[in-house]
Amino acid sequence: MVKVNCKVNGEKRTLRAHSMARLLDVLREEAQLTGTKEGCGEGECGACSVFLNGELVMSCLIPVMQAEGAEIRTIEGIADGNTLHAVQQAFLTHGGAQCGICTPGMIMAAVALLKKTPNPTEADVRTGLAGNLCRCTGYMKIFDSVLKAVQGAAP
Amino acid sequence: MDRPQALIGRAIERKEGRDKVTGRAKYIDDITFPGLIHGTTVRSPVARGRIRGITYEGNIPWDEFTIVTAKDVPGENHVALLMNDQPLLADGFVNHPEEPIVLLAHPDKYLLEEARRRVKVDIEPWPAVFTIEDSLARKVLIWGQDNIFKSYLVEKGNTEAVWANADVIVEGEYFTGAQEQLYIENNGVVAIANAEDGVTVWGSLQCPYYVHKGLIPIFKLPDDKVRIIQTETGGGFGGKEEYPTIIAGHAALLALKSGKPVKIIYDRAEDMAATTKRHPARTRHRTAVSKEGKLLAQEIDFVIDGGAYCTLSPVVLSRGTIHSAGPYYCPNVRVSAQAVATNTPPHGAFRGFGAPQSIFALERHMDKIAHRLGLTPEEFRRRNFIKDGETTATGQVVKDKVDMQALLTKALALSNYHAKREVFPEQNLRSKKKKGIGFAAFMHGSGFTGSGEKYLSSVVGIEGTALGKVRVLAASTEIGQGTNTIFAQIAGDALGVDSAAIEVAQPDTKFVPNSGPTVASRTVMVVGKLVETAAIGLKQTLVQSGLLHEGYTTLQFEEAVAAYVKKFGQLKAFSQYKQPPDINWDDAKYQGDAYGAYAWAVYVAEVSVDTVTYDTHVDNFVALQEIGKVMHPVFAAGQIEGGVAQGIGFALYEKVIWKDGRMINNQMTNYIMPTAADVPPIHVFFEEEPYSCGPSGAKGIGELPMDGPAPAILNAIENATGLSLNHVPLLPEDMMEAIHG
Repeated sequence: MVKVNCKVNGEKRTLRAHSMARLLDVLREEAQLTGTKEGCGEGECGACSVFLNGELVMSCLIPVMQAEGAEIRTIEGIADGNTLHAVQQAFLTHGGAQCGICTPGMIMAAVALLKKTPNPTEADVRTGLAGNLCRCTGYMKIFDSVLKAVQGAAP
Repeated sequence: MDRPQALIGRAIERKEGRDKVTGRAKYIDDITFPGLIHGTTVRSPVARGRIRGITYEGNIPWDEFTIVTAKDVPGENHVALLMNDQPLLADGFVNHPEEPIVLLAHPDKYLLEEARRRVKVDIEPWPAVFTIEDSLARKVLIWGQDNIFKSYLVEKGNTEAVWANADVIVEGEYFTGAQEQLYIENNGVVAIANAEDGVTVWGSLQCPYYVHKGLIPIFKLPDDKVRIIQTETGGGFGGKEEYPTIIAGHAALLALKSGKPVKIIYDRAEDMAATTKRHPARTRHRTAVSKEGKLLAQEIDFVIDGGAYCTLSPVVLSRGTIHSAGPYYCPNVRVSAQAVATNTPPHGAFRGFGAPQSIFALERHMDKIAHRLGLTPEEFRRRNFIKDGETTATGQVVKDKVDMQALLTKALALSNYHAKREVFPEQNLRSKKKKGIGFAAFMHGSGFTGSGEKYLSSVVGIEGTALGKVRVLAASTEIGQGTNTIFAQIAGDALGVDSAAIEVAQPDTKFVPNSGPTVASRTVMVVGKLVETAAIGLKQTLVQSGLLHEGYTTLQFEEAVAAYVKKFGQLKAFSQYKQPPDINWDDAKYQGDAYGAYAWAVYVAEVSVDTVTYDTHVDNFVALQEIGKVMHPVFAAGQIEGGVAQGIGFALYEKVIWKDGRMINNQMTNYIMPTAADVPPIHVFFEEEPYSCGPSGAKGIGELPMDGPAPAILNAIENATGLSLNHVPLLPEDMMEAIHG
């Protein structure tokens, strides 16, 4: 077992983990942040997406030792208290979430996209979310949600 | 009244949506218990054979493990479904790869996985069967007397009298492959079991009472000692219809033996290799047509591959059989259908349930006949569309006020079909990318087939809480499609209150009545109607008690509920399904009213086929359907869009590669489902022709969108390339072969 010091959603944490554990498991089991999901365990589906030092990563592919000294943000750290992030609110209003299992990762990917591209076209959204699989929506309502989140955030 | 607007027909907020977008929703793997240990499954490495022995090897502390085999099953070692041929754990013999043989449990997941690899099962291989053709040829008998789980014969008129004098006879053969449901949340359960309390299972599942029914004989327990609770479920699509009984039974066996809570969560590779998929199918058509383009006789031979055990194959076969003649009138029809055994893991429920297979064949065949007659696909269908008062293949008189002509006209206009049909051939002369447009016309029956709903006799309850809320009690599960929200809309409108006054109980067999399985496009139409009548009953009780007076606000209603509960202890109303008197079905002859209502649709696909890369892309998609009533515009469109994307996957991306009965591409890396970059714009349009027995006129739509995309896409490919291709999935390598022969 090793101890990993990091910041999770703004809070300093010391996480105990098997040295070969995946960041995904440590977040879910040790930090008890179960909003991050496992869909495939091989970096295909994006359900486990989190921010590691500001970069969107798939936490199933990150050995936990890489989190030493890092800042991590998960879906639990996206809303501002009880106020949803514009992307979360748009997913809720415009049908971006159905079964909800891909939703945390999809929202993380959408937030990452809007950080880099604040006014995306639909083509940007398609490319930006192409690493996150959704089996329920056929993606239409997800595209719609992301584009509406931008409109909602505009003055 | 403080409710100016009805809830039904409006896009109200998803009941559990806030928990889903914040990550707070608890799925099965998010749940734990003190002392919980993990379970895993040792599976058969071969397709068929006799188990000679099991050895536990390696440097593993085996005494720390809970080990379960068939001899540990306290009751009957089978999965209770239509037949009891499938063992919960193989006992001496295996019939498919990945068949479960040994269960292990241990607190340490990592050690558990190492141990699983060290269990060696010695199996003497027996000859096995892997294809429909070999199963039908019966060179090896692997199931019963003839390898056949079920056959049906549907006869209308007399096809035999037609062939001799028919102007034109057109034959065709069509194939559809297996398809993985690929819910993003894998199968998983947690079980607690002991002699005193019985068995409790939490799980990702569609049908709590199926699991309940399945575990009773396995554990020899009375009904009230088996309790099944559905946790938030990350997609089902049929894949969590019958399968969860197996994983629930396994976890409960380990829990009983270890005395500890046991969690089994499949990883993706195990879920894809070991659990059910859509039945592969072969459909042959022989059709007699007059010079004028009228259908005279349809002979349809429909065969599906059921895998190693019967499971739900007879019911899948039934739906596929009934839908095989489509939305057309033909005076003489003969459908013979068979579900056959092969040594692959059992195929099972998947959205559409046999209909996507037989409709693919029919709608490709309709284009083929049109070409043979020199008619356009549009014109040939127009001459044969079924009308109100005419009979389907099972002799059902259509009463839906269906207007397929108008539906087709509108769908073709919305997709700009005629203009594209005109310009694409011209453009294609100058391009390596060949564009085409095609369509499919079809219908999908809502609810269980025939007398199925009568046998289910579903019950819904509704109760008042001490805080004045009203709670819907049903076993129908929320799996993403919007059950919670739509039940709140229906109950809210029946009671005349806001949706915030309505709660929907977590499906838990200890507290909710059996409203039937969450399958067959039945939750809104059948169960929703029961929610409505139960709510009306509850309101009557309140009014009769004198605590509620007409013209009330939501707040006054809540006060009345709270006052009633305080005064009388409880406020409950129930409603049970009664078959409408005009539905008649003959199970023996397979004739009559197959479904209470059908949703009707025309889907148009526009494709481009790259003759350099052999890639086929769907560029645009129009989905027009008549569904009775749009209950929630965002959810309804979401259902269709999601189904169309799955249909596109079925047609162009999703290929299960088999080797000796085992799926060998059991990863998301090499089994490809459509991504955000692959799907075309999907334009969804609804027509509403209310169904008298559905809540606010609603019919079922869950499965409908799975039926149309594959034939529409292959019809479009033929328009683009002139290639008549009759199997799906059609991947670039298949296209390469088709182009170069």
